[in-house]
Amino acid sequence: MATALDDPRIVEFDVRTDEMLVNMGPQHPSTHGVLRLVLRTDGEVVSQTEPHIGYLHRCAEKIGENLTPRQWIPYTDRMDYLAGMSMNLGWALCVEKLLNHQLPDKARHLRVIIAEMQRIASHLVGMGAYGLDLGTFSPFLYAFRERERILDLFEEACGARLTYSYLTPGGATADLPRGWLQKCSAFLDQFEPVIQEYHALLTTNAIFVKRTANIGYLSPQMALDYGCTGPVLRGSGIDYDLRRDGEERYTEMYDGYAFEVIVEKNGHYPKDHSYPPVPKEAVLGDCWHRFYVRMLEVVQAVDLVRQAIERYAAATGPWGEPIKLTAKLPKGEAYLETECPRGQMGFYVVSDGSSIPWRARARSSCFCNLSVTHELCRGCLIADVPAIVGSLDIVMGEIDR
Amino acid sequence: MAAPNLLDRLKKKFGDKISGVNAQAIDPWIEVMPDGLVEVCKYLKTEPDLSFELLNCISGVDYFEPDPKKAAKAAFPPHLEVVYHLSSVTKKHSLVVKVILPRWKNDQEGELPEVPTVSHIWPGANWHEREVFDLSGVNFVEHPDLRRILCPEDWVGHPLRRDYEMPLEYHGIRGR
Repeated sequence: MATALDDPRIVEFDVRTDEMLVNMGPQHPSTHGVLRLVLRTDGEVVSQTEPHIGYLHRCAEKIGENLTPRQWIPYTDRMDYLAGMSMNLGWALCVEKLLNHQLPDKARHLRVIIAEMQRIASHLVGMGAYGLDLGTFSPFLYAFRERERILDLFEEACGARLTYSYLTPGGATADLPRGWLQKCSAFLDQFEPVIQEYHALLTTNAIFVKRTANIGYLSPQMALDYGCTGPVLRGSGIDYDLRRDGEERYTEMYDGYAFEVIVEKNGHYPKDHSYPPVPKEAVLGDCWHRFYVRMLEVVQAVDLVRQAIERYAAATGPWGEPIKLTAKLPKGEAYLETECPRGQMGFYVVSDGSSIPWRARARSSCFCNLSVTHELCRGCLIADVPAIVGSLDIVMGEIDR
Repeated sequence: MAAPNLLDRLKKKFGDKISGVNAQAIDPWIEVMPDGLVEVCKYLKTEPDLSFELLNCISGVDYFEPDPKKAAKAAFPPHLEVVYHLSSVTKKHSLVVKVILPRWKNDQEGELPEVPTVSHIWPGANWHEREVFDLSGVNFVEHPDLRRILCPEDWVGHPLRRDYEMPLEYHGIRGR
Protein backbone atom coordinates (compact mmCIF):
# COMPACT_ATOMS: atom_id res chain seq x y z
CA MET A 1 0.00 0.00 0.00
CA ALA A 2 1.28 3.41 -0.91
CA THR A 3 1.92 5.85 1.88
CA ALA A 4 1.56 9.56 1.35
CA LEU A 5 4.73 11.56 1.86
CA ASP A 6 4.93 15.21 2.72
CA ASP A 7 7.80 15.81 0.41
CA PRO A 8 8.00 13.64 -2.72
CA ARG A 9 11.71 14.30 -2.90
CA ILE A 10 12.24 12.04 0.13
CA VAL A 11 11.47 9.05 -2.08
CA GLU A 12 14.47 9.98 -4.16
CA PHE A 13 16.81 9.39 -1.29
CA ASP A 14 15.45 5.88 -0.72
CA VAL A 15 16.28 4.80 -4.23
CA ARG A 16 19.91 4.00 -4.97
CA THR A 17 20.96 6.33 -7.74
CA ASP A 18 24.18 7.54 -9.26
CA GLU A 19 25.14 11.11 -9.92
CA MET A 20 24.59 12.09 -13.49
CA LEU A 21 25.47 15.10 -15.59
CA VAL A 22 22.56 16.26 -17.73
CA ASN A 23 23.05 18.67 -20.59
CA MET A 24 20.14 21.04 -21.01
CA GLY A 25 20.51 23.00 -24.21
CA PRO A 26 21.83 24.83 -26.14
CA GLN A 27 19.00 23.57 -28.33
CA HIS A 28 16.54 22.84 -25.56
CA PRO A 29 13.24 24.53 -26.37
CA SER A 30 12.74 25.93 -22.90
CA THR A 31 16.12 27.60 -22.47
CA HIS A 32 15.11 30.83 -24.25
CA GLY A 33 17.66 30.76 -27.00
CA VAL A 34 21.09 29.24 -26.88
CA LEU A 35 21.66 28.74 -23.17
CA ARG A 36 23.33 25.53 -22.10
CA LEU A 37 22.85 24.34 -18.55
CA VAL A 38 24.90 21.47 -17.21
CA LEU A 39 23.02 19.93 -14.32
CA ARG A 40 24.58 17.58 -11.79
CA THR A 41 21.68 15.43 -10.76
CA ASP A 42 21.00 12.64 -8.35
CA GLY A 43 17.79 11.05 -9.55
CA GLU A 44 15.43 13.95 -10.05
CA VAL A 45 17.19 16.32 -7.67
CA VAL A 46 19.61 18.89 -9.05
CA SER A 47 22.64 19.48 -6.87
CA GLN A 48 24.59 21.81 -9.13
CA THR A 49 23.81 23.98 -12.13
CA GLU A 50 26.42 25.40 -14.40
CA PRO A 51 25.25 27.80 -17.11
CA HIS A 52 27.41 27.94 -20.24
CA ILE A 53 26.91 31.07 -22.29
CA GLY A 54 28.57 32.71 -25.27
CA TYR A 55 26.89 30.87 -28.13
CA LEU A 56 25.46 34.15 -29.39
CA HIS A 57 28.55 36.29 -28.82
CA ARG A 58 28.83 38.75 -31.71
CA CYS A 59 31.59 41.05 -30.41
CA ALA A 60 29.22 44.01 -30.21
CA GLU A 61 31.60 45.90 -27.92
CA LYS A 62 34.53 45.44 -30.31
CA ILE A 63 32.38 46.64 -33.20
CA GLY A 64 31.41 49.65 -31.11
CA GLU A 65 35.05 50.74 -31.04
CA ASN A 66 34.97 51.17 -34.82
CA LEU A 67 31.66 52.96 -35.32
CA THR A 68 30.25 56.33 -34.36
CA PRO A 69 27.52 56.26 -31.68
CA ARG A 70 24.69 56.60 -34.17
CA GLN A 71 26.13 53.85 -36.32
CA TRP A 72 26.23 51.54 -33.31
CA ILE A 73 22.48 51.94 -32.64
CA PRO A 74 21.52 48.96 -34.88
CA TYR A 75 23.88 46.75 -32.89
CA THR A 76 22.14 47.68 -29.65
CA ASP A 77 18.86 46.55 -31.24
CA ARG A 78 20.29 43.10 -31.59
CA MET A 79 21.25 42.81 -27.94
CA ASP A 80 17.85 42.47 -26.33
CA TYR A 81 15.95 41.77 -29.52
CA LEU A 82 12.64 41.64 -27.69
CA ALA A 83 13.08 45.19 -26.41
CA GLY A 84 15.09 46.90 -29.14
CA MET A 85 13.65 50.31 -28.38
CA SER A 86 14.80 50.16 -24.76
CA MET A 87 18.32 49.28 -25.88
CA ASN A 88 18.35 52.21 -28.34
CA LEU A 89 17.16 54.47 -25.56
CA GLY A 90 19.88 53.34 -23.13
CA TRP A 91 22.71 53.98 -25.58
CA ALA A 92 21.17 57.24 -26.83
CA LEU A 93 20.87 58.61 -23.30
CA CYS A 94 24.40 57.53 -22.45
CA VAL A 95 25.84 59.35 -25.46
CA GLU A 96 23.68 62.39 -24.71
CA LYS A 97 25.07 62.36 -21.19
CA LEU A 98 28.59 62.53 -22.57
CA LEU A 99 27.61 65.26 -25.03
CA ASN A 100 25.56 67.07 -22.38
CA HIS A 101 22.81 67.30 -24.95
CA GLN A 102 19.42 68.52 -23.74
CA LEU A 103 16.32 67.01 -25.29
CA PRO A 104 13.30 69.07 -26.34
CA ASP A 105 10.16 68.36 -24.33
CA LYS A 106 8.33 66.66 -27.15
CA ALA A 107 11.14 64.15 -27.66
CA ARG A 108 11.01 63.27 -23.99
CA HIS A 109 7.33 62.32 -24.16
CA LEU A 110 7.82 60.51 -27.45
CA ARG A 111 10.47 58.40 -25.78
CA VAL A 112 8.19 57.58 -22.86
CA ILE A 113 5.44 56.42 -25.24
CA ILE A 114 7.84 54.23 -27.20
CA ALA A 115 9.73 52.83 -24.20
CA GLU A 116 6.58 51.91 -22.31
CA MET A 117 4.93 50.36 -25.36
CA GLN A 118 8.09 48.31 -25.74
CA ARG A 119 7.82 47.26 -22.12
CA ILE A 120 4.30 45.95 -22.77
CA ALA A 121 5.44 44.04 -25.86
CA SER A 122 8.43 42.58 -24.05
CA HIS A 123 6.50 41.51 -20.97
CA LEU A 124 3.88 39.90 -23.21
CA VAL A 125 6.55 37.70 -24.75
CA GLY A 126 7.99 37.08 -21.30
CA MET A 127 4.60 35.95 -20.07
CA GLY A 128 3.76 33.87 -23.12
CA ALA A 129 7.13 32.17 -23.23
CA TYR A 130 6.91 31.44 -19.52
CA GLY A 131 3.65 29.64 -20.19
CA LEU A 132 5.44 27.61 -22.84
CA ASP A 133 8.17 26.69 -20.36
CA LEU A 134 5.54 25.31 -18.04
CA GLY A 135 3.78 23.38 -20.77
CA THR A 136 0.82 25.54 -21.69
CA PHE A 137 0.64 26.82 -25.22
CA SER A 138 -2.43 29.08 -25.32
CA PRO A 139 -1.14 32.09 -23.34
CA PHE A 140 1.68 32.36 -25.87
CA LEU A 141 -0.85 32.82 -28.69
CA TYR A 142 -2.88 35.30 -26.66
CA ALA A 143 0.25 37.30 -25.92
CA PHE A 144 1.40 37.33 -29.51
CA ARG A 145 -2.02 38.49 -30.70
CA GLU A 146 -1.61 41.75 -28.78
CA ARG A 147 2.12 42.07 -29.34
CA GLU A 148 1.47 41.93 -33.06
CA ARG A 149 -0.57 45.13 -32.82
CA ILE A 150 2.24 46.89 -30.95
CA LEU A 151 4.68 45.79 -33.64
CA ASP A 152 2.29 47.16 -36.26
CA LEU A 153 2.35 50.49 -34.46
CA PHE A 154 6.14 50.44 -34.28
CA GLU A 155 6.34 49.53 -37.94
CA GLU A 156 4.25 52.54 -38.77
CA ALA A 157 6.53 54.77 -36.70
CA CYS A 158 9.90 53.55 -37.94
CA GLY A 159 9.47 50.89 -40.62
CA ALA A 160 10.84 47.95 -38.65
CA ARG A 161 9.14 45.31 -36.58
CA LEU A 162 11.96 43.93 -34.46
CA THR A 163 15.20 45.85 -34.86
CA TYR A 164 13.98 49.41 -34.84
CA SER A 165 17.00 51.76 -34.55
CA TYR A 166 14.37 54.40 -33.90
CA LEU A 167 15.47 56.24 -30.77
CA THR A 168 18.89 57.65 -31.40
CA PRO A 169 21.27 60.18 -29.80
CA GLY A 170 19.53 63.52 -30.12
CA GLY A 171 15.96 62.23 -30.13
CA ALA A 172 14.45 59.89 -32.69
CA THR A 173 14.98 59.32 -36.40
CA ALA A 174 11.50 60.62 -37.24
CA ASP A 175 8.44 62.11 -35.63
CA LEU A 176 5.41 59.89 -35.03
CA PRO A 177 3.26 59.77 -38.17
CA ARG A 178 -0.08 61.54 -38.34
CA GLY A 179 -2.90 59.61 -36.72
CA TRP A 180 -0.51 57.37 -34.79
CA LEU A 181 -1.61 58.62 -31.38
CA GLN A 182 -5.25 57.79 -32.08
CA LYS A 183 -4.29 54.29 -33.18
CA CYS A 184 -2.18 53.88 -30.06
CA SER A 185 -5.01 55.04 -27.79
CA ALA A 186 -7.40 52.69 -29.57
CA PHE A 187 -5.00 49.84 -28.96
CA LEU A 188 -4.72 50.66 -25.25
CA ASP A 189 -8.50 50.81 -24.88
CA GLN A 190 -8.80 47.41 -26.47
CA PHE A 191 -5.81 45.97 -24.63
CA GLU A 192 -6.59 46.93 -21.05
CA PRO A 193 -9.61 44.62 -20.55
CA VAL A 194 -7.70 41.77 -22.22
CA ILE A 195 -5.17 41.72 -19.37
CA GLN A 196 -7.83 39.98 -17.26
CA GLU A 197 -7.70 37.09 -19.73
CA TYR A 198 -4.00 36.58 -19.02
CA HIS A 199 -4.69 36.51 -15.32
CA ALA A 200 -7.38 33.91 -15.87
CA LEU A 201 -5.07 31.86 -18.10
CA LEU A 202 -1.96 31.94 -15.93
CA THR A 203 -1.86 33.98 -12.73
CA THR A 204 -4.74 32.21 -10.99
CA ASN A 205 -4.43 28.91 -12.82
CA ALA A 206 -4.07 26.17 -10.20
CA ILE A 207 -1.43 24.26 -12.18
CA PHE A 208 0.53 27.44 -12.83
CA VAL A 209 0.48 28.36 -9.14
CA LYS A 210 1.63 24.84 -8.21
CA ARG A 211 4.52 25.06 -10.66
CA THR A 212 5.70 28.51 -9.61
CA ALA A 213 4.69 29.31 -6.03
CA ASN A 214 7.47 28.70 -3.52
CA ILE A 215 9.83 27.58 -6.30
CA GLY A 216 13.16 29.29 -6.92
CA TYR A 217 13.18 31.47 -3.84
CA LEU A 218 15.54 34.45 -4.18
CA SER A 219 16.22 36.33 -0.98
CA PRO A 220 16.54 40.13 -1.18
CA GLN A 221 20.12 39.96 0.08
CA MET A 222 21.13 37.45 -2.56
CA ALA A 223 19.39 39.47 -5.28
CA LEU A 224 21.50 42.49 -4.37
CA ASP A 225 24.72 40.48 -3.99
CA TYR A 226 24.40 39.11 -7.50
CA GLY A 227 23.41 42.45 -8.99
CA CYS A 228 19.94 41.25 -10.01
CA THR A 229 17.76 44.09 -11.23
CA GLY A 230 14.37 44.83 -12.69
CA PRO A 231 11.39 42.59 -12.00
CA VAL A 232 13.73 39.98 -10.48
CA LEU A 233 14.85 42.46 -7.80
CA ARG A 234 11.37 43.86 -7.23
CA GLY A 235 9.94 40.34 -7.11
CA SER A 236 12.12 39.85 -4.03
CA GLY A 237 10.52 42.86 -2.40
CA ILE A 238 13.16 45.53 -2.93
CA ASP A 239 11.68 48.90 -3.74
CA TYR A 240 14.01 50.08 -6.50
CA ASP A 241 13.12 51.28 -9.95
CA LEU A 242 15.44 53.46 -11.97
CA ARG A 243 12.55 55.37 -13.47
CA ARG A 244 12.16 56.87 -10.00
CA ASP A 245 15.57 56.32 -8.39
CA GLY A 246 17.93 56.51 -11.34
CA GLU A 247 20.18 59.28 -12.50
CA GLU A 248 18.66 62.63 -13.22
CA ARG A 249 19.30 62.36 -16.93
CA TYR A 250 17.01 59.35 -17.01
CA THR A 251 14.44 60.26 -14.34
CA GLU A 252 13.80 63.67 -15.90
CA MET A 253 12.26 61.79 -18.79
CA TYR A 254 9.54 60.65 -16.39
CA ASP A 255 9.37 63.99 -14.62
CA GLY A 256 5.78 64.83 -13.73
CA TYR A 257 4.43 61.37 -14.51
CA ALA A 258 2.35 59.65 -11.86
CA PHE A 259 3.35 56.04 -11.26
CA GLU A 260 4.09 53.78 -8.37
CA VAL A 261 6.94 51.28 -8.29
CA ILE A 262 5.54 47.76 -8.51
CA VAL A 263 6.72 46.09 -5.34
CA GLU A 264 4.98 44.25 -2.53
CA LYS A 265 4.45 46.26 0.64
CA ASN A 266 2.68 44.73 3.64
CA GLY A 267 1.36 41.87 1.53
CA HIS A 268 -0.09 44.12 -1.16
CA TYR A 269 0.99 45.42 -4.51
CA PRO A 270 0.07 49.02 -5.40
CA LYS A 271 -3.45 49.30 -6.82
CA ASP A 272 -3.93 45.55 -6.79
CA HIS A 273 -7.64 45.63 -5.84
CA SER A 274 -8.83 44.66 -9.32
CA TYR A 275 -6.31 41.86 -9.74
CA PRO A 276 -6.25 38.34 -8.42
CA PRO A 277 -5.01 38.05 -4.84
CA VAL A 278 -1.61 36.56 -4.10
CA PRO A 279 -2.09 32.80 -3.56
CA LYS A 280 -1.25 31.68 -0.06
CA GLU A 281 1.38 29.21 -1.29
CA ALA A 282 3.44 32.01 -2.83
CA VAL A 283 6.39 33.48 -0.92
CA LEU A 284 7.87 36.84 -1.73
CA GLY A 285 10.90 36.17 -3.95
CA ASP A 286 9.66 33.05 -5.71
CA CYS A 287 8.90 32.52 -9.40
CA TRP A 288 5.26 33.46 -9.00
CA HIS A 289 6.08 36.90 -7.60
CA ARG A 290 8.58 37.65 -10.34
CA PHE A 291 5.91 36.77 -12.87
CA TYR A 292 3.27 38.85 -11.08
CA VAL A 293 5.51 41.94 -10.96
CA ARG A 294 5.79 41.75 -14.75
CA MET A 295 2.04 41.42 -15.15
CA LEU A 296 1.44 44.49 -13.00
CA GLU A 297 4.11 46.41 -14.86
CA VAL A 298 2.10 45.90 -18.03
CA VAL A 299 -0.84 47.69 -16.40
CA GLN A 300 1.50 50.41 -15.15
CA ALA A 301 2.95 50.84 -18.64
CA VAL A 302 -0.53 51.23 -20.15
CA ASP A 303 -1.19 54.03 -17.69
CA LEU A 304 2.15 55.69 -18.44
CA VAL A 305 1.57 55.57 -22.21
CA ARG A 306 -1.82 57.23 -21.73
CA GLN A 307 -0.23 60.05 -19.74
CA ALA A 308 2.56 60.38 -22.29
CA ILE A 309 0.15 60.56 -25.24
CA GLU A 310 -1.63 63.46 -23.58
CA ARG A 311 1.61 65.32 -22.93
CA TYR A 312 3.04 64.59 -26.33
CA ALA A 313 -0.10 65.90 -28.04
CA ALA A 314 0.05 69.07 -25.97
CA ALA A 315 3.77 69.67 -26.49
CA THR A 316 4.93 72.06 -29.17
CA GLY A 317 8.35 72.49 -30.68
CA PRO A 318 10.77 70.05 -32.30
CA TRP A 319 10.64 66.27 -31.78
CA GLY A 320 14.40 65.95 -31.44
CA GLU A 321 16.57 65.79 -34.53
CA PRO A 322 19.31 63.16 -34.30
CA ILE A 323 22.85 64.42 -33.81
CA LYS A 324 25.15 64.42 -36.83
CA LEU A 325 26.34 60.98 -37.83
CA THR A 326 29.98 61.93 -37.33
CA ALA A 327 29.53 64.42 -34.49
CA LYS A 328 32.71 64.75 -32.39
CA LEU A 329 32.42 63.38 -28.87
CA PRO A 330 34.03 65.36 -26.05
CA LYS A 331 36.96 63.72 -24.28
CA GLY A 332 35.72 61.88 -21.23
CA GLU A 333 33.52 59.01 -20.20
CA ALA A 334 29.93 58.46 -19.14
CA TYR A 335 28.00 55.57 -17.66
CA LEU A 336 24.23 55.42 -17.58
CA GLU A 337 21.71 52.77 -16.62
CA THR A 338 18.10 52.67 -17.69
CA GLU A 339 15.20 50.55 -16.52
CA CYS A 340 14.62 48.12 -19.35
CA PRO A 341 11.89 45.47 -19.26
CA ARG A 342 14.42 42.89 -18.07
CA GLY A 343 16.33 45.03 -15.60
CA GLN A 344 18.91 47.74 -15.52
CA MET A 345 20.72 47.99 -18.80
CA GLY A 346 23.86 50.07 -18.52
CA PHE A 347 25.98 51.61 -21.23
CA TYR A 348 29.47 52.95 -20.75
CA VAL A 349 31.12 55.14 -23.33
CA VAL A 350 34.75 56.29 -23.22
CA SER A 351 35.89 58.88 -25.71
CA ASP A 352 39.30 60.25 -26.63
CA GLY A 353 37.86 63.29 -28.41
CA SER A 354 37.19 61.80 -31.84
CA SER A 355 33.79 60.89 -33.23
CA ILE A 356 34.35 57.17 -32.63
CA PRO A 357 34.20 56.01 -29.00
CA TRP A 358 37.40 54.60 -27.57
CA ARG A 359 35.37 52.00 -25.74
CA ALA A 360 31.69 51.10 -25.87
CA ARG A 361 30.53 48.81 -23.11
CA ALA A 362 27.15 47.28 -22.48
CA ARG A 363 26.22 46.07 -19.02
CA SER A 364 23.56 43.45 -19.49
CA SER A 365 20.80 42.97 -16.96
CA CYS A 366 20.10 39.37 -17.96
CA PHE A 367 23.81 38.56 -17.57
CA CYS A 368 23.61 39.38 -13.86
CA ASN A 369 20.15 37.87 -13.44
CA LEU A 370 21.35 34.61 -14.96
CA SER A 371 24.45 34.44 -12.77
CA VAL A 372 22.24 33.71 -9.77
CA THR A 373 20.73 30.53 -11.35
CA HIS A 374 23.13 28.14 -9.65
CA GLU A 375 21.94 29.41 -6.27
CA LEU A 376 18.25 29.21 -7.22
CA CYS A 377 18.46 25.72 -8.69
CA ARG A 378 20.36 24.11 -5.82
CA GLY A 379 18.26 21.19 -4.57
CA CYS A 380 15.32 21.69 -6.91
CA LEU A 381 13.79 19.10 -9.22
CA ILE A 382 14.83 18.90 -12.86
CA ALA A 383 11.30 19.87 -13.92
CA ASP A 384 11.62 23.07 -11.91
CA VAL A 385 14.76 24.24 -13.72
CA PRO A 386 12.83 25.59 -16.75
CA ALA A 387 10.36 27.22 -14.36
CA ILE A 388 13.17 29.00 -12.52
CA VAL A 389 15.18 30.03 -15.59
CA GLY A 390 11.99 31.14 -17.32
CA SER A 391 11.00 33.31 -14.38
CA LEU A 392 14.24 35.29 -14.82
CA ASP A 393 13.01 36.14 -18.34
CA ILE A 394 16.38 36.08 -20.07
CA VAL A 395 17.25 36.94 -23.65
CA MET A 396 20.50 35.39 -24.81
CA GLY A 397 21.24 38.14 -27.31
CA GLU A 398 21.68 40.52 -24.44
CA ILE A 399 23.73 38.16 -22.29
CA ASP A 400 26.23 37.28 -25.00
CA ARG A 401 26.18 40.61 -26.86
CA MET B 1 25.67 60.77 -7.76
CA ALA B 2 28.23 60.65 -4.99
CA ALA B 3 28.86 63.85 -3.09
CA PRO B 4 32.33 65.40 -3.45
CA ASN B 5 32.88 65.13 0.30
CA LEU B 6 32.67 61.35 -0.08
CA LEU B 7 35.72 61.42 -2.34
CA ASP B 8 37.63 63.55 0.19
CA ARG B 9 36.58 61.28 3.00
CA LEU B 10 37.80 58.19 1.18
CA LYS B 11 41.06 59.91 0.32
CA LYS B 12 41.59 60.85 3.96
CA LYS B 13 40.76 57.37 5.20
CA PHE B 14 42.88 55.38 2.79
CA GLY B 15 45.69 57.84 1.99
CA ASP B 16 48.18 56.34 -0.43
CA LYS B 17 45.92 53.44 -1.33
CA ILE B 18 43.88 55.96 -3.34
CA SER B 19 46.17 57.26 -6.02
CA GLY B 20 43.83 59.74 -7.61
CA VAL B 21 40.50 61.50 -7.29
CA ASN B 22 38.53 63.16 -10.06
CA ALA B 23 35.48 65.07 -8.84
CA GLN B 24 35.12 67.12 -12.04
CA ALA B 25 34.33 64.17 -14.33
CA ILE B 26 30.75 63.47 -15.45
CA ASP B 27 30.81 60.47 -13.12
CA PRO B 28 33.27 61.29 -10.31
CA TRP B 29 35.81 58.54 -9.81
CA ILE B 30 38.51 57.42 -7.44
CA GLU B 31 41.66 55.62 -8.52
CA VAL B 32 42.67 52.78 -6.22
CA MET B 33 45.98 50.92 -6.04
CA PRO B 34 45.49 47.20 -6.80
CA ASP B 35 46.70 46.16 -3.33
CA GLY B 36 44.15 48.44 -1.62
CA LEU B 37 41.16 47.47 -3.73
CA VAL B 38 39.69 44.79 -1.46
CA GLU B 39 40.01 46.98 1.61
CA VAL B 40 38.35 49.97 -0.10
CA CYS B 41 35.55 47.85 -1.57
CA LYS B 42 34.79 46.22 1.78
CA TYR B 43 34.56 49.65 3.36
CA LEU B 44 32.31 50.95 0.58
CA LYS B 45 29.94 48.04 0.93
CA THR B 46 29.73 47.68 4.71
CA GLU B 47 29.90 51.29 5.95
CA PRO B 48 26.27 52.04 6.91
CA ASP B 49 26.08 55.51 5.36
CA LEU B 50 27.70 54.40 2.11
CA SER B 51 26.31 50.86 1.63
CA PHE B 52 27.14 50.31 -2.02
CA GLU B 53 25.26 47.00 -2.19
CA LEU B 54 25.03 46.84 -5.94
CA LEU B 55 28.02 46.22 -8.19
CA ASN B 56 26.60 47.37 -11.51
CA CYS B 57 29.42 46.65 -13.85
CA ILE B 58 33.10 45.84 -14.23
CA SER B 59 34.68 46.95 -17.49
CA GLY B 60 38.19 46.69 -18.85
CA VAL B 61 39.45 49.57 -20.96
CA ASP B 62 42.69 49.17 -22.89
CA TYR B 63 44.58 52.42 -23.48
CA PHE B 64 46.98 51.54 -26.23
CA GLU B 65 47.49 52.88 -29.72
CA PRO B 66 48.70 50.05 -31.99
CA ASP B 67 49.59 52.41 -34.84
CA PRO B 68 53.17 53.64 -34.06
CA LYS B 69 52.60 56.92 -35.95
CA LYS B 70 49.56 57.81 -33.89
CA ALA B 71 51.06 56.38 -30.69
CA ALA B 72 53.66 59.18 -30.63
CA LYS B 73 50.84 61.71 -30.41
CA ALA B 74 48.60 59.71 -28.06
CA ALA B 75 47.46 61.62 -24.99
CA PHE B 76 48.05 58.71 -22.64
CA PRO B 77 50.80 56.24 -21.76
CA PRO B 78 49.85 52.63 -22.59
CA HIS B 79 47.92 51.13 -19.69
CA LEU B 80 44.86 49.11 -18.82
CA GLU B 81 41.99 50.28 -16.64
CA VAL B 82 39.52 48.14 -14.74
CA VAL B 83 36.46 50.24 -13.96
CA TYR B 84 33.96 49.31 -11.23
CA HIS B 85 30.57 51.02 -11.25
CA LEU B 86 28.92 50.86 -7.85
CA SER B 87 25.58 52.09 -6.65
CA SER B 88 23.46 51.95 -3.55
CA VAL B 89 19.83 50.88 -3.55
CA THR B 90 19.09 52.36 -0.14
CA LYS B 91 21.12 55.57 -0.35
CA LYS B 92 20.52 56.10 -4.08
CA HIS B 93 24.02 57.26 -4.92
CA SER B 94 26.73 55.88 -7.15
CA LEU B 95 30.50 55.84 -7.42
CA VAL B 96 33.13 54.82 -9.94
CA VAL B 97 36.27 53.02 -8.77
CA LYS B 98 39.18 52.61 -11.15
CA VAL B 99 42.25 50.45 -10.96
CA ILE B 100 45.13 51.35 -13.27
CA LEU B 101 47.24 48.42 -14.39
CA PRO B 102 50.19 47.94 -16.72
CA ARG B 103 49.21 46.26 -19.97
CA TRP B 104 51.42 43.29 -19.18
CA LYS B 105 52.74 42.11 -15.85
CA ASN B 106 56.46 43.00 -15.52
CA ASP B 107 56.32 44.21 -19.15
CA GLN B 108 56.49 40.58 -20.27
CA GLU B 109 54.12 40.31 -23.20
CA GLY B 110 51.67 37.47 -22.57
CA GLU B 111 51.74 37.73 -18.79
CA LEU B 112 48.42 39.14 -17.67
CA PRO B 113 48.35 42.03 -15.19
CA GLU B 114 46.96 41.14 -11.79
CA VAL B 115 44.25 42.65 -9.64
CA PRO B 116 42.61 41.07 -6.57
CA THR B 117 39.11 39.66 -6.99
CA VAL B 118 36.09 41.27 -5.34
CA SER B 119 33.84 38.27 -5.93
CA HIS B 120 33.80 37.47 -2.22
CA ILE B 121 32.41 40.96 -1.54
CA TRP B 122 29.86 41.02 -4.35
CA PRO B 123 29.22 37.46 -5.62
CA GLY B 124 27.90 39.01 -8.84
CA ALA B 125 31.44 40.11 -9.63
CA ASN B 126 32.27 36.49 -10.41
CA TRP B 127 30.87 36.58 -13.94
CA HIS B 128 31.88 40.16 -14.60
CA GLU B 129 35.49 39.33 -13.73
CA ARG B 130 35.39 36.28 -15.94
CA GLU B 131 34.21 38.48 -18.78
CA VAL B 132 36.96 41.06 -18.23
CA PHE B 133 39.51 38.25 -18.03
CA ASP B 134 38.14 36.74 -21.24
CA LEU B 135 37.88 39.89 -23.33
CA SER B 136 40.42 42.31 -21.86
CA GLY B 137 42.99 39.94 -20.37
CA VAL B 138 43.18 40.77 -16.68
CA ASN B 139 44.09 38.14 -14.13
CA PHE B 140 41.84 38.37 -11.07
CA VAL B 141 43.90 36.87 -8.28
CA GLU B 142 42.08 34.36 -6.04
CA HIS B 143 39.02 34.31 -8.26
CA PRO B 144 37.21 31.01 -7.52
CA ASP B 145 36.66 30.04 -11.15
CA LEU B 146 38.58 32.16 -13.65
CA ARG B 147 37.63 30.71 -17.03
CA ARG B 148 36.59 32.24 -20.32
CA ILE B 149 32.89 33.02 -20.39
CA LEU B 150 31.91 34.44 -23.79
CA CYS B 151 34.66 33.10 -26.04
CA PRO B 152 35.22 29.35 -26.45
CA GLU B 153 37.55 27.73 -23.91
CA ASP B 154 40.34 27.22 -26.45
CA TRP B 155 40.25 30.74 -27.88
CA VAL B 156 43.61 32.49 -28.10
CA GLY B 157 44.06 36.12 -27.11
CA HIS B 158 41.84 38.76 -25.57
CA PRO B 159 39.64 40.42 -28.19
CA LEU B 160 39.09 43.77 -26.53
CA ARG B 161 42.81 44.47 -26.37
CA ARG B 162 43.67 47.17 -28.87
CA ASP B 163 46.48 45.15 -30.45
CA TYR B 164 44.38 41.99 -30.79
CA GLU B 165 44.49 40.28 -34.14
CA MET B 166 41.78 37.95 -35.32
CA PRO B 167 43.21 34.41 -35.71
CA LEU B 168 43.70 33.18 -39.26
CA GLU B 169 41.58 30.16 -38.63
CA TYR B 170 39.72 28.50 -35.79
CA HIS B 171 38.87 24.78 -36.13
CA GLY B 172 38.81 25.07 -39.89
CA ILE B 173 36.75 28.28 -39.93
CA ARG B 174 38.52 31.10 -41.76
CA GLY B 175 38.98 34.13 -39.55
CA ARG B 176 40.49 36.78 -41.78
